[in-house]
Amino acid sequence: MAAPQFEVPKLSDSALTEVPEVQEGAMSHVKAFVAGQAAQEFLGYPWELGDDWKERVIGRMGEVLQKYRSVRVFLDACVHCGACTDKCHYYLGTGDANNMPVARQDLMRKVYRRYFTLPGKIAPWLVGAEDLTRETLDQWFNYYHQCSECRRCSVYCPYGIDTAEITMAGREILNYAGYGQKYSNEILAKVQKIGNNLGLPGPALEDTLAGLEEDIEMDTGVPVKMPLDVEGAEILLVTPSADFFSEPHVESLIGYAKVFHAAGVSWTLSSHASEAGNFGLFNGSYEQMRTIAMRIRDAALELGVKRIVVGECGHAWRVAYSYWNTLTGIGYGGDDPFAKQLQDQLDPRYPQPMHICEYTWDLIQQGVLKFDKSANDHRVITFHDSCNVARGSRMGKEPGGQFTIPRNIIKAVANNFHDMAAETIGESTFCCGGGGGVLTDDLMEVRVKGALPRMNAYNAVAKDQGVNFLALICAICKAQFTKVLPYYGFDMGQVGGVHQLVSTAIKLED
Amino acid sequence: MSTLAVFYAVLFYVATLVLLGGLAYRIYEYSRTPAPLKIPTTPAPTTRAGVAYRMGREVVLFESLFKSNKWIWVFGWMFHVGLLLVLLRHIRYFQEPVWFWVEIVQPFGMYASFAMVAGLAGLWARRFLVDRVRYISTPSDHLMLALLIGIGLSGMMMTFVSRTDIVALKAFMLGLMTFDFQPLPTDGPLLVHLTLVALLMIIFPVSKLLHAPGVFFSPTRNQTENPREHRHIAPWAAALEKNKP
Repeated sequence: MAAPQFEVPKLSDSALTEVPEVQEGAMSHVKAFVAGQAAQEFLGYPWELGDDWKERVIGRMGEVLQKYRSVRVFLDACVHCGACTDKCHYYLGTGDANNMPVARQDLMRKVYRRYFTLPGKIAPWLVGAEDLTRETLDQWFNYYHQCSECRRCSVYCPYGIDTAEITMAGREILNYAGYGQKYSNEILAKVQKIGNNLGLPGPALEDTLAGLEEDIEMDTGVPVKMPLDVEGAEILLVTPSADFFSEPHVESLIGYAKVFHAAGVSWTLSSHASEAGNFGLFNGSYEQMRTIAMRIRDAALELGVKRIVVGECGHAWRVAYSYWNTLTGIGYGGDDPFAKQLQDQLDPRYPQPMHICEYTWDLIQQGVLKFDKSANDHRVITFHDSCNVARGSRMGKEPGGQFTIPRNIIKAVANNFHDMAAETIGESTFCCGGGGGVLTDDLMEVRVKGALPRMNAYNAVAKDQGVNFLALICAICKAQFTKVLPYYGFDMGQVGGVHQLVSTAIKLED
Repeated sequence: MSTLAVFYAVLFYVATLVLLGGLAYRIYEYSRTPAPLKIPTTPAPTTRAGVAYRMGREVVLFESLFKSNKWIWVFGWMFHVGLLLVLLRHIRYFQEPVWFWVEIVQPFGMYASFAMVAGLAGLWARRFLVDRVRYISTPSDHLMLALLIGIGLSGMMMTFVSRTDIVALKAFMLGLMTFDFQPLPTDGPLLVHLTLVALLMIIFPVSKLLHAPGVFFSPTRNQTENPREHRHIAPWAAALEKNKP
């Protein structure tokens, strides 16, 4: 770990994070890298502002207002009550005024009011309306990349205003202006060119999986398989590509494979759809999101699978659960030929898509899986609810299943579990600090400071209950905490997946 | 009829038209704009009835605000409930005979004005005392509170201090509704009250008061959470499938 170029916040004495005083511009120096020509052009965006950038920004904003009721209603409805001001982890970690959700929205609202509302046209000074300037556009770029689109503010807003929708709209407009973010846009290009966010080509994936099979057999003596592109398999597993080679992600992949093995089911990965993640969400681009999600539909049709299961990834699960049916017809209830084509192929006894935790928990309830819980006895575990799973999706039949099912699995495979403070979990969960396209080294200061509320809650259970393992169901959370925990004095080995715990405790037979 | 009465008659016709027309346009605009994706803030209800119940809790109890901040909730709820009772009480100035329940609500409506103004004062105090709220407040946020407090205080003046000729006022209002114009009392508090109310009606459709219709159209609160069972697709998004099946 290189010495940080900024001051790492001090952990507090309690699980909760003190609300800082407003500091104007405390994080204005932090700017994500700007996307270059190649990525922008591949995605069909201009790559520099040009003379007509103002017209393009206002023009695209008008289109967004026509296409998204959320943006229109949210820009109108805010009364500046202040309920959201102390809810954002980036505000709590930085104190920067523009990291208050309402202020982040106001960066766009002031332009909306000026160009799209009557009072803003007549008396801008009265209603906080402002002309669009280069300075404002730069603020958009800086602060719409200091938001992880975690939706915590939307829980607390009396009108349900979701700053994530504004951030997404902001990034979409910036892209149309030729002012994209390097990290997200390069990934968006990679996933469309190569098939996954990490740019891992098919043959490399095949090698990796073969290597993992050997490792598992050496470790357990059981020939657990990791099938790739198997036509006629029952289940297609779509998982974040980080699962294929990042630590600790790969431990969860091994866990899924062991679960499938123990269930005796035929399953496969797809080299065409070797990525569950979908950064189109982060940029608020319906079209990009749809194009990327379509790979999963194509793979499902091509391989003729009956079920689609999604691995541990927060935003991927939000896109899969909430949007796949809309975007690609993966789900039920469609009566159009496009949706019917896939629906008729899928097994109607199961929800489509299904989260790996739903899948594993079903098997546990049926008594199919056997565990040696003591194998996890060296761990004292807590669970971090990932923002996109917690506030943008569900698991199981009942609302809130996304909170109970992962915890039920942990309790079924391990003896020592403690939740963090109630104000920091469930629907109130704090983002890891790296979600929504922020997981890049050029935003390290944002990531470390934004992790503060979660780190305070974790520190409290670590001190009081001896917790030494932070269980996760999100590839971004895993990557973020692995990097950020050491800044707060914890070992990065304390980070892992829920299916890593499953993997440790599961009993396998040949 | 005096020039003054004519002025107020015209003012109220204009204000009513702007309020109703403006709100109707906004509601049309909101309902016409699609919500292409399922974005309820979860955990969320999975049935229409569940959504109605969630929206009911939100609108009647301010549930999310209660979770968020008890001070804003106390002041905000006091103000809104106070305002509701006061408005219900005012129905009697627009009807003859007066409905039974409007009679019953009269004393509650009178004293609710204290809750209303106290709530507003609390909300306004926060705009000065809490640094975060001070930072986000615009001139219009302050003026809106001033306007509402002005309406409340001028109304209370007439109820508790210097009564207006309420019989004549009611005749004026009923006259406006039946185009049978009547004289208007001219005491100060009444004219201030009427002017501010008309102003509020006029700015309603172009101001943050749109939170009132807006909350019903908020996709994070009004959507049913059933994306795996129901294919939700906006017309402009469905068109993408036709272009490239």
